[in-house]
Amino acid sequence: MHYHWNWGIFFEMSPEGTGTYLETFVWGFGWTVATSLSAWIMALVLGCIVGVLRTTSSPWVVRIANGYVELFRNIPLIVQMFLWYFVLPELVPVGIGDWLKQLPDAAFYNAVIALGFFTSARVAEQVRAGIQSIPRGQRAAATALGLTGLQTYRYVLVPMALRIIVPPLTSEFMNVVKNSAVGLTIGLVELTGRARAMQEFSFQVFEAFTAATLAYVLITISIVLLMRWLERRVAIPGFIARAGAAH
Amino acid sequence: MAMIEIRHVSKWYGEFQVLSDCSTEVNQGDVVVVCGPSGSGKSTLIKCVNGLEPFQQGEVIVDNISVGDPKTRLPALRARIGMVFQNFELFPHMTVLDNLNLAQIKVLGRDLAAAQERSRALLKRVGLEAQAPKHPGQLSGGQQQRVAIARALAMDPIAMLFDEPTSALDPEMINEVLEVMVALANEGMTMMVVTHEMGFARQVADRVIFMDEGRIVEDATRDEFFGSPRSERAQQFLSKILRH
Repeated sequence: MHYHWNWGIFFEMSPEGTGTYLETFVWGFGWTVATSLSAWIMALVLGCIVGVLRTTSSPWVVRIANGYVELFRNIPLIVQMFLWYFVLPELVPVGIGDWLKQLPDAAFYNAVIALGFFTSARVAEQVRAGIQSIPRGQRAAATALGLTGLQTYRYVLVPMALRIIVPPLTSEFMNVVKNSAVGLTIGLVELTGRARAMQEFSFQVFEAFTAATLAYVLITISIVLLMRWLERRVAIPGFIARAGAAH
Repeated sequence: MAMIEIRHVSKWYGEFQVLSDCSTEVNQGDVVVVCGPSGSGKSTLIKCVNGLEPFQQGEVIVDNISVGDPKTRLPALRARIGMVFQNFELFPHMTVLDNLNLAQIKVLGRDLAAAQERSRALLKRVGLEAQAPKHPGQLSGGQQQRVAIARALAMDPIAMLFDEPTSALDPEMINEVLEVMVALANEGMTMMVVTHEMGFARQVADRVIFMDEGRIVEDATRDEFFGSPRSERAQQFLSKILRH
């Protein structure tokens, strides 16, 4: 294979006229982080709400929340991005549709929404599993003290469930970052998009994707360290997960 | 005056009848021990008293409030009835003190200072003042159950329900919990206690209820029950658990 390595390429000007290739990567890195973090916050909030609804005693609420999870979990992420970006503006009244299409950074908003809903379904599933792994007596004890259903979730069940699911949530957080690369299909110029652009302009494909890979690794390692710190931070002294209490 | 009245209560899980026409009452200041073989419905019966278990037929009246009435605000009623569980059910992510504070603040609306004061007084009473900043997982089973009793008492209940409070404990820890319960009984707390601890029943029970297959088979004063239980089933049960 005759490949001409050129690591100096990063300091050459990109033909887009926005600075060096390195600078375009820094911007791509920024969009990846912004998209991932925004989608993750959205997924955590929605996922907690839907996950809790799935453990309530109302069959209709449970059914609707289950439907939500199946809807956003079963459609491929790339299809969901296309639906939000290309299809939705055509379905709403023309005025709103035009406004959506002309929105500055529309690709960013659509990527966040698509990724946020997609990931929230997965977070909801983990929150449900976390709550259901708590011995049933905990809910009974909170209820017997006179706490309402909402208070029982707020002070007893959700704080415990979130602690239990920190490890799977770490994987989900990392998945959001990796899945954000799908945003390039709707024109989001995040890291992978930048690597692709550099490859097309300069043909330095190995340098481009090495840089992108290292940048992703940097983000995901930061997440692992952050979540490990969080896990230690919220650890409960003397607590060993109890097997389902005997009755 | 009857603090707890249970009138003709029946309950089914699907086809299976767990409670059949149960009636009894607990007067203010009385201690009633409920015993019987496992699966006889005794835990289910006391969980009907604070509405933790719904029932399909009959009536439960606590302090003149009907538990089964859809109009009853159950959280408000439950806040006035203390309950202690077999597996303690302290909230593991909170300190001992916060376990006692939580419902005082969120349900009774006490401010933090007032709640702390009450919590500390009760921890002192059950001999666990020094454990206040610890988490439940750092305590022994007996200590956890004493904290659970203190947590229930922090709500200033009009009655206390105990669901096999010593069944999950190692033998050497049973007495420390029973001592707290005996002291409570002697102070005149209205108590309904599901237990196999016949020593406790002999010491403080005003009445003993014996259940079998979802029915109240015997409902007698302590002396009658231990002197000569009328039903053959209760005699068998007593001979089995008193022999050892």
